[in-house]
Amino acid sequence: MVNLGVNIGSLRLKNPVLTASGTFGYGEEFADFIDLNRLGGFIIKGTTINHREGNPYPRMAETPSGMLNAVGLQNKGVDYFIENIYPRIKDVDSHVIVNVSGATIDDYVAVCEKLAPLDKINAIEVNISCPNVKQGGMAFGTTCEGAAQVTKAVRNAFPKTVIIKLSPNVTDITEIARAVEAEGADSVSLINTLLGMAIDVERQRPYLSTITGGLSGPAVRPVAVRMVWQVAKAVQIPVVGLGGIMNGRDAIEFILAGARAIQVGTANFVDPSVTMKIIDYMEDYCQRHGVSDINDLVGMINQ
Amino acid sequence: MKKYILDLKVVENRRVHELYTLLKLTTHDGSALPEMLPGQFVQVAVDGSKTTFLRRPISINNVDRLSNQLWLLIRNAGDGTRALMALKEDDILNVMLPLGNAFSIPQNANDSILLVGGGVGVAPMLYWGAQLKEKGFAPQFLIGARSAKDVLQLDEFEKIGKVAVSTEDGTMGEKGLVTTNSILSTSIDKIYCCGPAPMMKAIAKVAKEREIECEVSLENMMACGLGACLCCVENTVKGNVCVCTEGPVFNINELTW
Repeated sequence: MVNLGVNIGSLRLKNPVLTASGTFGYGEEFADFIDLNRLGGFIIKGTTINHREGNPYPRMAETPSGMLNAVGLQNKGVDYFIENIYPRIKDVDSHVIVNVSGATIDDYVAVCEKLAPLDKINAIEVNISCPNVKQGGMAFGTTCEGAAQVTKAVRNAFPKTVIIKLSPNVTDITEIARAVEAEGADSVSLINTLLGMAIDVERQRPYLSTITGGLSGPAVRPVAVRMVWQVAKAVQIPVVGLGGIMNGRDAIEFILAGARAIQVGTANFVDPSVTMKIIDYMEDYCQRHGVSDINDLVGMINQ
Repeated sequence: MKKYILDLKVVENRRVHELYTLLKLTTHDGSALPEMLPGQFVQVAVDGSKTTFLRRPISINNVDRLSNQLWLLIRNAGDGTRALMALKEDDILNVMLPLGNAFSIPQNANDSILLVGGGVGVAPMLYWGAQLKEKGFAPQFLIGARSAKDVLQLDEFEKIGKVAVSTEDGTMGEKGLVTTNSILSTSIDKIYCCGPAPMMKAIAKVAKEREIECEVSLENMMACGLGACLCCVENTVKGNVCVCTEGPVFNINELTW
């Protein structure tokens, strides 16, 4: 029997497999394909204080081994989530983590204060790294001061586990990670999408309405693995790794680089049942390698 | 409706045109295909293409219960669809289905119904026409194409009902666009339309002017097909909604056209 359980802050995950914000809706969309109860947890898409319509269509472009998106945090707001979605998912036997986004510090705090009383929400992931919104988002995530400010504010507003989602669009991601750790973050997740762009050369126009967007999928994986490895060495708090994980092998790669848990994002679009296969693979991998506890694999390449 | 991910077997890959192929699929183990409604679509995985990554959304062209077959009419639009066109008999195709909403059933049995398809947009009209006929309606078809050789599945449509054709070069039916076809000046109670966006917008305009109920099937670019990625949104009177879950079929009154 292999132990796949891991701890992120005060959360005990039954296995390291989470789903990434914005790729898994509210979870229900995938209920025909997977048993949500088997997941370590799932992360609700970016939630803001007010309803957001997001960016105009077109919002995506397929690129080599990946895709660009520019959704722009379309969501119905935190009150809608609490009133309409939360009652439907609160009994799932898995952790529900809400990704919190905002344009100002006050926005983040207001969402945190509304989520804090909910019994089922034992963790939030704070998005300081969205490349697709004009205000806030990535602006907070690209300086140590901005990242620290948001972390300090949400730390005071949300007493349970706080995960800060980091942007790869920086010169040195370890500085940002250290800054949020110093302000009391329980964990960091990385990477959010890489800022990218693609042009339709026949029509001589960008594919996205916003011109630039966030690149995800296996195209970004080596960058993500490198950043997870760097950050895991730089901080004491657990690291959640994501970026182009398509299968169990890729998930193990992040664990070996130093991730305590992983998130599956874009792969959900290609195979909505992929998370179950990843969990099975992890167990099988540990058995094949004579590992009784997956925690023993975390950051193995550094030991 | 419950959704499935199935490995389907290619029964036949018939090249119906230099740009189009008709893929006939069945279950690999002989089990019955799940329930699917006219207007819905599937997402197929593309194997063997180095440049594609996401699934390809394809309209349901027909579901033949007798032969347990799902038909997909595919246009060569890029690397993904090119790989699909190269499939051989007995190849396995991974398909997620059924997705999206469906055409709504006309209110009155005596309604005069016109199904309009342009280019590969004829695809969903075959299954819908066949289902309407089975339900006792008498659907008519209006097919738009560049030229006679681009009119797809004409024999199949003629088995179901009267077919009017518009070709841009006049090599079949009436010369011109579908919007000028004389069948539109007959009495029509309901139009269902699928084709290029400019064609659907033109048909919607005609329908609005003449106060004809009209539904159109959109094909916005999408990633997941499940309402999770929020990429395929259409701006509607309710704001941005996912074409993959709230559509692909919309009443034109819901759209901001």
